[in-house]
Amino acid sequence: MTEADKNLMYFNPDEEESPKQTAATAPKDAPEPKPEIMMELRDVSKAFGEGDQRIMVLEGFNATFEKGQVTSIMGGSGSGKSTVLKHMIGAYKPDSGKIFVDGEDITGFNQKQMDTVRKKFGFMFQSGALFQSMSVEENVALPLREHTDLNETTIKIMVKLKLEMVGLRGCEHLKPAQLSGGMIKRIALARAIALDPKMVFYDEPSAGLDPISIGVIDKLIVDLTKKMGITAVVVTHELPSAMRISDKIIMLFKGKIVFEGSPEEIRTSDDPRVIQFINGSPDGPIPFSKSQVDLGEELKQMNFL
Amino acid sequence: MASQGIEIQKADNNGIICLSLKGYMDMNSSPDVRDVLTEHFDRSTKAIIVDLSEVPYIDSSGIATLVEGLQWSHSSEKKFRLVGLTPTVKDIFEIARLLQVFEVFNTLDEANQGV
Repeated sequence: MTEADKNLMYFNPDEEESPKQTAATAPKDAPEPKPEIMMELRDVSKAFGEGDQRIMVLEGFNATFEKGQVTSIMGGSGSGKSTVLKHMIGAYKPDSGKIFVDGEDITGFNQKQMDTVRKKFGFMFQSGALFQSMSVEENVALPLREHTDLNETTIKIMVKLKLEMVGLRGCEHLKPAQLSGGMIKRIALARAIALDPKMVFYDEPSAGLDPISIGVIDKLIVDLTKKMGITAVVVTHELPSAMRISDKIIMLFKGKIVFEGSPEEIRTSDDPRVIQFINGSPDGPIPFSKSQVDLGEELKQMNFL
Repeated sequence: MASQGIEIQKADNNGIICLSLKGYMDMNSSPDVRDVLTEHFDRSTKAIIVDLSEVPYIDSSGIATLVEGLQWSHSSEKKFRLVGLTPTVKDIFEIARLLQVFEVFNTLDEANQGV
C-alpha cells in the first residue's frame, strides 16, 4: 500500500480539511491512527418463529465496521451472515440492540428515514442482478437516473469513469448476456459505486467465478475501498479470498461471533470451530444437521393419534 | 452525503471566464455548476478557468461536470483550466486517472498565462 493509499484510508469528506500527517511530521513511535467507525451493531439479537418453533438467528452480535477497511463476514450456511447483512441495510429490525451509521442511531428509523441512510450504501448482489434487457451503460446509469437529477451528459461521463475503474471502459453497448461471469460482477460493482457510496456491501462477490476472475474482483474491492475511503462489508464463503482482501474477518456460528480478527489471527486460531471452517472438514463442532433438537427425541414426540 | 451547497462566483476578464467555487461539488450541487459552466460554451469565450481552491470535496458527478469543460475545450480549441486543487480533490482526480488529462495550475496568475 502506498502512503497516499494509507492517507486516503482515513479520509472523511464530511470533515474539514486538515493537514495530512506524514512520516516527516508524525511524532516518532506515534501509534497508527485508528480508522473511524462507519457502522456499529451493538448487542443485536434476532429470532424467528414463536414458542417451540422460535429460533435464535442472531444473539448479542457486536461489531464495528471501519472507514476505508474491508470487513468480511464468514460462516457456514445458516450461521447468521445474511441476517447480519439484512440488519445492516435496514431490511430487518433487531428484536433488541442498536445499529449506528456514522454515529447516528438508525434502529428506529422509518422507511423514509432509511431511504436517506441507504443513499450512503452501494450493493453488489451475488448474481450481479443486472437487467438483461439493458445495455451495460444503462445498467450502470440506472441508480444515477433513478436517484439524482443529473443531466444525461453528466451521467454518461460518470458511467464511463466508473467503467474505467473496473477496467471495462468500451463495453458500454454490450448486453449482460454477452458478458462473462467475471465481467458481470465487475459491471455490478461499477453500478454499486455509481452514486459514490460511503459503504458498499458485497454479497458473495466471488461465487461461481474462476480463480483469475476472483483475483480481479478481490483487487477491485481492495483498491476501491482504500483509494475511495469506502467501508466494505463482504459476505463470503471463499476463505482464500477473505484472507486476501480483509482487514478484519468476523466468523459466525449459530448466530454468534466465534472469531473476530485479522487474517493472520484467524490462521493461528486454535478454536476448533474456526479450524474446522478453515479446513473445510465435515466433522467437528459445526454439525452437518441444522436441527436444534435431537432426532430421537423429535421422533418420539411425533404424535399422529 | 448531504450536500453542503456551493457558491459560484463569476468573473469575465475580456472573454476569459473565471469561475470560483466554494463548497462541496457533489450530486446535489454539480448541476448548478454545470448550468453556469455551459452558459459560457460559446464563441465569445476565450478561455475558462475554474478555481477549486475552496472546494474541499468533489465526487464523480463534479468530475464529470468538469470533463464537459474539457470536451468544450477540445472541440473549440480554447483553454479550459483548473486552479488550486485541494489535497483531497487532487487525490480524487488521481483515483479517476484524470489529473494528467486536465490543465491544472497552482495559482490563478499561473492559469492566466498563455490563455
